[in-house]
Amino acid sequence: MDQQSKNDIALSIRDLSLSYQGNPSALKSISVDIPRHSVTAIIGASGCGKSSLLRCLNRMNDLIDGVQYSGEVLLEEMNVLSAETNVTALRRRVGMVFQRPNPFPKSVFDNVAYGLKLSGVKSQRHREELVEKALRSAALWDEVQYRLDESALQLSQGQQQRLVIARAIALEPDILLLDEPASSLDPISTLRLEELIYELKQTLTIIIVTHNMQQAARVSDFTAFMNQGHLVEFGPTDTIFTRPSMRETEDYITGRYG
Amino acid sequence: MLATTRTAFLQRTRWQRLRSLTMISVSASMVTATLLLTLGLFALLFISAMEWIFWIGEGGSADVASRLRDIALARPGLESSVIGLVPAIVGTVALVMLMTLFVAPLGVATALYLSEYARDTWYTQLIRISITNLAGVPAVIYGVFGLGFFVYGLGGQVDQLFFSDRLPSPTFGTPGLLWAALTLALVNLPVVIVAVTEGLDALPEDLRQASAALGATKNETVFYAVLPAAMPSVFTGLILSTARAAGEVAPLMLVGAVKFAPSLPVMTTAPFIGLEQKFMHLGFQLFDAALFSTVPPGGIGWVATIALTLVILIALLNIVAMSLRSVILRRQAVDSPF
Repeated sequence: MDQQSKNDIALSIRDLSLSYQGNPSALKSISVDIPRHSVTAIIGASGCGKSSLLRCLNRMNDLIDGVQYSGEVLLEEMNVLSAETNVTALRRRVGMVFQRPNPFPKSVFDNVAYGLKLSGVKSQRHREELVEKALRSAALWDEVQYRLDESALQLSQGQQQRLVIARAIALEPDILLLDEPASSLDPISTLRLEELIYELKQTLTIIIVTHNMQQAARVSDFTAFMNQGHLVEFGPTDTIFTRPSMRETEDYITGRYG
Repeated sequence: MLATTRTAFLQRTRWQRLRSLTMISVSASMVTATLLLTLGLFALLFISAMEWIFWIGEGGSADVASRLRDIALARPGLESSVIGLVPAIVGTVALVMLMTLFVAPLGVATALYLSEYARDTWYTQLIRISITNLAGVPAVIYGVFGLGFFVYGLGGQVDQLFFSDRLPSPTFGTPGLLWAALTLALVNLPVVIVAVTEGLDALPEDLRQASAALGATKNETVFYAVLPAAMPSVFTGLILSTARAAGEVAPLMLVGAVKFAPSLPVMTTAPFIGLEQKFMHLGFQLFDAALFSTVPPGGIGWVATIALTLVILIALLNIVAMSLRSVILRRQAVDSPF
């Protein structure tokens, strides 16, 4: 990783450890550099700390009582984990999409405009432009352009998940975190989501947690394999899936789909 | 679906079948009895009211038009026919509106604090339990509290501070619309808090996370994401309290309702509402009519008329609140319970 110049690194994780009540070592001294404009998949068994790691990167873990972390997460020059970090500004730069689609019980337009309003986009005209741009980027505009005033809860699950992505990218984040985004979607919606991920990586850096090994192989450029709070292996997806250097990685990959 | 139920039914033993048939017939007759009772009550009310309303005769009104006018409007000076449904309706509506104005923000704020901000400790649990218990305290006790605290306490202070030139005759230090509304707000506060708290607790955690992940602060999440999503439960609380406020009598007798008020508590010129005025109230009129007043031609007609008016008024107030709620529900596309 030394040969990568600084500009190619979107996020640099240094010695990150995390503990919370009931699990004193949820993450154990994780260090990794996430390359810019790429898709990085985090794979591993349930409870290995994938989601905890993801939620460190935009400080969503702060919402849980009793969470403690140490180490550094560098987003350019900003230490994400520092107490002085403006969490609101951070979360606008590091967007997140959750397992289940969670649109607000508001109209399609208001869902996408929610973050824009909070970040101080005052003019309605400007908001309309940005909402349209975000919906186009999320490949949803064609389906909802005449339904902007309808409730977001009336969209299909797949549409809702793309709406949630539109809501996040409306704020033009540098990084988008996806926490098992396809786990509640049917195969066709999943396919569309994966195409969307491919489109989005042209403009931003994506980190995706997934249980689905085939999905990781399809969408990602880099893969990180985690086991019991350790980062076992990180490298180009091709290498990880064909010639893993660690025994644990190979066992996991072949054990599931061998 | 029906077919499988039927097969399951036939497969059971004779005893089980007999038992479930008995259960079905008993509950069916219960439902019918309740329905008949309700319908009968309404029919009785309606018939007695109509018979009485359209009565024209000796010692009464000359024709239907003047009879209706007599019933609708209070006529000062003529004690025997001091009736006046309209002033009582106006008083009731003014009271309910004013009470909603107090109970809505206070109830919502308390529920938001308990559900969104306060940590879950034995102390907040105690507060929650106390609020639930307060909902069971008889309203007349709130009436006594209102009389002591609002009327004599607060009202007395207000008089000394702002209306000392009029003393010893009290302005706010006597039962009136403001104190009645505040007292009823207290009566209904637990109802609203419980309804809204339950609504907030039922919202998915996803909603708060989604908002936080977009860079919303705690307060922004509460006011722009959580509260709008909980609006249906806010309206549920307000619907419940509206019906209670319109029908409550006992506490009102202590804090402001009167048999005959010389003027309406609302007016067309500023300040539009007479906060210190005594007011007429349908529930109180009913109480008075049933025990102390005879209005020609006597009988239960007058009582039935007030009762019918009160029931219709409560139904109307509820319909207004429910349609507001269904508008919100439709915008959120949550399945409406209606």
